[in-house]
Amino acid sequence: MKAYIKGIGSISPQPGFGNEPFHAPVTYSEGVLRCIEPDYSTWIDQRAIRRMSKIIRIGVAAATLALKEAGIEKPDAIITGTGFGCVEDTGTFLDKLIENNEEALNPTPFIQSTHNTIGSQIALLLQCVGYNQTYSQRGLSFECALQDALMMLVENPENNILFGGVDEISDVSADFLKKLDLFSDCADSLGLFSQKQHGMIHGEGSAFFVINSSPSNAWAQIAGMASIYKPQSASEIVQQLNDLLNKASVSVEDVNLVFLGKCGDDRYDYLIHEVSNSLSHRTRKAVFKNLCGEYSNASSFALWLAAMMLKKGFVPDGILTEEKNIAKPIKVILIYNQYLNQHHSLLLLKACG
Amino acid sequence: MEKLITDLKVKIIDALNLKHLKPEDIGDDQPLFVQGLGLDSIDALELIVLLQQDYNIKITDPQEGPKIFRSVKTMAEYIRSHQSA
Amino acid sequence: MESKVNVIGMGVISAIGNSVDQSITSFESHTSGISPLTLFDTVHRYLPVGEVRYSNAQLSDMLGMEKKFNRSTLLGIYAARQAWRELNISKKWRTGIVSGTTVGGMDITEDLFRKYKTQDPTIDYHDIRDHECGSVTERIADDLGIRNTVATINTACSSSVNSIIYASRLIKHGLLDVAIAGGVDALTKFTLNGFNSLMILDKQPCRPFDETRNGLNLGEGAGFLILVSEKVLKEESLNPLCQIAGYANTNDAFHQTASSPDGRGSYLSMEQALKISRLATSEIDYINLHGTGTRNNDSSEGIAVQRLFKDTIPPSSSTKSFTGHTLGASGGMEAVFSVLSIMQGCVFPNLRFTSRMTELKFDPVVEFKRGLNINHVMSNSFGFGGSCSSIIFSKT
Repeated sequence: MKAYIKGIGSISPQPGFGNEPFHAPVTYSEGVLRCIEPDYSTWIDQRAIRRMSKIIRIGVAAATLALKEAGIEKPDAIITGTGFGCVEDTGTFLDKLIENNEEALNPTPFIQSTHNTIGSQIALLLQCVGYNQTYSQRGLSFECALQDALMMLVENPENNILFGGVDEISDVSADFLKKLDLFSDCADSLGLFSQKQHGMIHGEGSAFFVINSSPSNAWAQIAGMASIYKPQSASEIVQQLNDLLNKASVSVEDVNLVFLGKCGDDRYDYLIHEVSNSLSHRTRKAVFKNLCGEYSNASSFALWLAAMMLKKGFVPDGILTEEKNIAKPIKVILIYNQYLNQHHSLLLLKACG
Repeated sequence: MEKLITDLKVKIIDALNLKHLKPEDIGDDQPLFVQGLGLDSIDALELIVLLQQDYNIKITDPQEGPKIFRSVKTMAEYIRSHQSA
Repeated sequence: MESKVNVIGMGVISAIGNSVDQSITSFESHTSGISPLTLFDTVHRYLPVGEVRYSNAQLSDMLGMEKKFNRSTLLGIYAARQAWRELNISKKWRTGIVSGTTVGGMDITEDLFRKYKTQDPTIDYHDIRDHECGSVTERIADDLGIRNTVATINTACSSSVNSIIYASRLIKHGLLDVAIAGGVDALTKFTLNGFNSLMILDKQPCRPFDETRNGLNLGEGAGFLILVSEKVLKEESLNPLCQIAGYANTNDAFHQTASSPDGRGSYLSMEQALKISRLATSEIDYINLHGTGTRNNDSSEGIAVQRLFKDTIPPSSSTKSFTGHTLGASGGMEAVFSVLSIMQGCVFPNLRFTSRMTELKFDPVVEFKRGLNINHVMSNSFGFGGSCSSIIFSKT
């Protein structure tokens, strides 16, 4: 069963909500890349938004945009991936629990802290009673959502499936993860890969997609995917890549561009470097985490960006690893992401039309 | 009583994050739930917390909620009668 | 696509026992696991809960593990190993784990957070490393040596039944040969206070599906099934305990926490599960109800059962009257109980039932009965966010 992306929507630390190409990416100077949030008044009912923390706002708005782009009012399934879930509300409830010594606690942050709040809020606003799933598998959360969506389409070829990935930063979570020596400062996020970095830059964002089995007006075709948990070697990843390409009847030479999910910290990038170096020097390479930062669902941003490139031919500044212009049109993109070198994923996309 | 009602309206807007409303938008006798402001069961729980935190009144049975929270005025009357008790 | 998914093993730990056998003994003797809270210090220590009878230190010792793991991980590994250790098959099969949890490593996180707030110098930030839901599953995966597929679902109280459904679908799609699926949740201050703020905790042992019910009791534990494809079953000459006959997940889309009065989401999940199983309502021999004991859930679920099953309402009960509501673990645990029901031809009693709910025309089962002809069992799990899931197990 072929899967076609019919609608996309993203809220990220970069402009581009509304799926408009942006050529001058924003750089951040403190190693924390927070979303550029839109004016929600046209996207979310004002009475509904009052309880929504950032992760829910950006999830609902991106999903709404994706549905609008696809011309779909109500999807048949809603599938979400989130690594850390609703950290702001979790922190708020914990905070009050300790401060008030377990008395007189507001229920709202507790209710809003469950990971499936994003997906269920979308369902509530759309009155969608269909399948609704939320995955929380750290750096493979979005990939689980995508895998489920692809299976759904095989089971129900006439369906429109909404799926996406979303994660947020809270002040507390940013502080914790920095103290855990995962994230660190960075004076110029856009220039992340032109310097040695100990510690990643912390990002957040939401990217949602609508897929169905019709190629008309599609942003791109999803030609295959693979997830690898704790790979033991670069050759294991290369093997998975070869299997993926074979199944999709795509040769390595057909791949015009490889999006590499490097994070800029050699503690985690060494396998992805090895795999990247084993690819043909003729294969164009690009990075994306200097635009969105590192978070569990960064691969969802990469998919959004890749779909934008395939449909609109748009290449933002600062992502190509070499300065040469792209000679031929981009028809096939491979996204290879890794998260803490524990979660690796491969996603193959083809242009449509 | 008037001051209590005004204070309550400010607190309700704050506690329930009704940013689109001003105190003067809420009628003293206006139903808070279902019609009127259209609040729901989670809001009722939040108002129970408000009574405890700001007025030291503890409601242990949520079934009492609909009667007490029918309007800002009924809330004020409840607070008055329980604070002087 | 494959058509059959076989259950060939299971493991469980809860307030009513550390094994399948102990659980059956508790059911048979009507011995509830609900008791006063002892696990941690709290102002709400009067609340009855369904605790597993071991501390973290004791669980770690029994498992031969490092003492710093969070409680969800320890309970999860305990039940997963129990299910896994009977399995003696080739290592060639593509094996995955799908687990559901809502709290993840919250028992350690809430302690860490307190130290963070009070600037306690003994704080160790490494304690946050297993906070995420996905981390618990990874610890179980690493313990069992599973790498092919590792997935975690968090849809509140329907998490682990959704995990079993997803694992079944992965097998049907030919992406996995063997899966361990289910879920785990530990009791935490976070959830205790969270549910208390919703005013839906009963200060007495809960009375699901009773007219006088007044809320739920929280519980904890883990339950896992081992699922295999037909190919694995045949090549390894395994005996299935039962099969996954049907399943469905829908959304109530009514309210963030409350269920719709007519139970539309639960009606749809039961109806669609039946459709996939190609069974008539009259063929279901027992329903393991979600039955939390809250006024809202039991009414909503009861009305949905009534609407769907009409004159063929099978024996039904809520085992949460024994274990408490184990949140993310409930679906996995109740899946184990459902399989037991088929294996032993038994139905479990719904404890503390005294009076029929006024909106219903059926009563739950009140006596443990064995030796019945149980061919098909339905288990329901409904979670916050309107998540409604039903799964049907069938005798082979």
